Amino acid sequence: MPETPGTPKTSGAEGPGALLSVRSLKVGFDTEKGPVRALFGVSFSVAPGETVGLVGESGCGKTVTALAVLRLLQTPPARIEGGEIFFRGEDLLPLPEKRMCDVRGKEISMIFQEPMTSLNPVLTVGEQVAEVFTAHGACGKREAADRAVEWLRKVRMPDPERRAREYPHQMSGGMRQRAMIATALALSPSLVIADEPTTALDVTIQAQIMELLQEMREQEKMAVLLITHDLGVVHDFADRTAIMYLGRIVEIAPTRKLFADPVHPYTQGLLASLPGRNRGEKRLPSIPGTVPDLSAVPPGCPFAPRCPFRQGAIRRYQSGTSAQDDLAICDRTDPSPSEYGPGHLAACHHQRSARGEGAR
Amino acid sequence: MLRYVVRRVLVSVPLLIGISLITFGVINMAPGGPIGISSDLNPKATAEYRERLKAYYGLDQPLYVQYGRWLGRMAVLDFGDSFSADGRKVWDKIRERILVTLSINVLSMALIFLVAVPLGIYSAVRKGSVFDRVATVTVFTGFAIPTFWLALLLMILFGVRLGWLPISGLVSLEYDTLPLAGKILDRAAHLVLPVFLMAFGGLAGISRYMRSTMLEVIRQDYIAAARSKGLPERAVVFRHAVRNALLPVITILGLSVPGLLGGSVIFETIFAIPGMGQLFFQGVMSRDYPLIMGILTIGAFLTLLGNILADVGYALADPRIKTERAG
Repeated sequence: MPETPGTPKTSGAEGPGALLSVRSLKVGFDTEKGPVRALFGVSFSVAPGETVGLVGESGCGKTVTALAVLRLLQTPPARIEGGEIFFRGEDLLPLPEKRMCDVRGKEISMIFQEPMTSLNPVLTVGEQVAEVFTAHGACGKREAADRAVEWLRKVRMPDPERRAREYPHQMSGGMRQRAMIATALALSPSLVIADEPTTALDVTIQAQIMELLQEMREQEKMAVLLITHDLGVVHDFADRTAIMYLGRIVEIAPTRKLFADPVHPYTQGLLASLPGRNRGEKRLPSIPGTVPDLSAVPPGCPFAPRCPFRQGAIRRYQSGTSAQDDLAICDRTDPSPSEYGPGHLAACHHQRSARGEGAR
Repeated sequence: MLRYVVRRVLVSVPLLIGISLITFGVINMAPGGPIGISSDLNPKATAEYRERLKAYYGLDQPLYVQYGRWLGRMAVLDFGDSFSADGRKVWDKIRERILVTLSINVLSMALIFLVAVPLGIYSAVRKGSVFDRVATVTVFTGFAIPTFWLALLLMILFGVRLGWLPISGLVSLEYDTLPLAGKILDRAAHLVLPVFLMAFGGLAGISRYMRSTMLEVIRQDYIAAARSKGLPERAVVFRHAVRNALLPVITILGLSVPGLLGGSVIFETIFAIPGMGQLFFQGVMSRDYPLIMGILTIGAFLTLLGNILADVGYALADPRIKTERAG
């Protein structure tokens, strides 16, 4: 992973070398049942050319994070309640909308989850790719159309001249996602946010699309924020990985480190449930319980109700070998991240006392 | 596409005949008849007189013969003669009124769409704003206020108090003496109140519909995707959202084609407009079978035509439908 020299603490994470730096981002939504928090202070950064994986279950806030970075959340109902989003050293949140339009598509672009619904049904695919050129005044209409075909060819769209004149419904999901990727990469942005780019696709197409993304990333030397719930994908693709749970990043580390030595019990649970690691076992392990509803997040550590450490602490307390204090902190305070190695942060009370802060 | 249209037109023919059959049946089942009007309350009308009248109008024949004769005439576009005292051709009676109703309806319909579509779009884009709320209250007020009452109020204000606008009829008494420009102005002045009132009452439907489809479209992924390209809000709204939100409006336009010919009896009475509403009302009250059948057939024809136009228009505007049918 690329380390920025001179960055004292968290290697490429928070320093001035970061391309994107999200700092304690808090986002809430006004719902019919009242205000609901979706992001509880999310912090991470992406260095130039780096790929960061953002992993978590559905509803944990991955997509909200992505949309917030591009300021695409509908407000209302969404509300940014705090934090900063620095891109190339400039806070995006207070930017006027017009400046933000210059950033979108040109500096930061996004590949959406659903290629079936992310293309406008009444415009041809060529028009939709070409739009990104004309929107940023890169060239005139005719040249934009030519460059769109060129980009469709680059992402290996079959028969690009003809496909450019066709409408989205005439194409398969894979072809549409190729068109989305062409649009996202067309102006060579320095950061691409890929929000579950393969979730909606067939398995064979998934591999092709990831391969294409990998190739493009190397060609264009861009940074990627890869949002997924697929640990296999981040393992192959991401330099660093952040694990999200209930609107928080519970652990972030260089990908290899995270897979080798997960600290947070949630990360450990996720990795334990991967099929490859459990050959020969009859049943895959799973994390007990379900993700609490965002409108009823428990106080204290959000993972506490499902946490094996806390279960153990309860047992020890009941058998009289431990004081109640051991688990009271999990129920009372939301743990803040502490460091477990270079660039390795995790938010867990138990591990902090067990491993000691800053210990390896 | 052409094959599709031809097929739709061919299917419409039996449909139209079926509609006329049902209409014919219902009219004849309704109590009373054309003969009763002139004979029931007349003490001098003998049974023989009634029979002679019946035979004169062809009502002595069994129903299927009557219907067959009507259909035979319709096949050569002959609507027959009215049963009313003047005995004029049904088509002549309709023709002299159809233009009046049509011009008022086309104008008010155009006004409704011209105002309601942008109103709906803007309300959706600025959902919850002061503009949105004022627009909502206004269109629902227009929808809820009884038209005849508002018509009377406006007649008092603009016609009587201010004296700006004529309050009844289609032309002034001195119409024939006016120069051409004066004639046009005179007609226009007579149309202002009726057209405005019809449009005001009709705004709510279209603008609300437009607002809700627009809100629906704005939530779609492709709108977020369009924004993520860095398109300015104006391009997102007009290029991406409005085009999709307008598709269902094509259907509404098509479905409102038959409505262009129907006149409101209340309305035409208040403004003393000799329109289709009055004609139809008179026809029904005097059991003028050929006239009723004529108007209803034209209405059925326009309904089917409007449906076909709506489908064709939709197919032309929405690429998804065009290719499905062609391929």
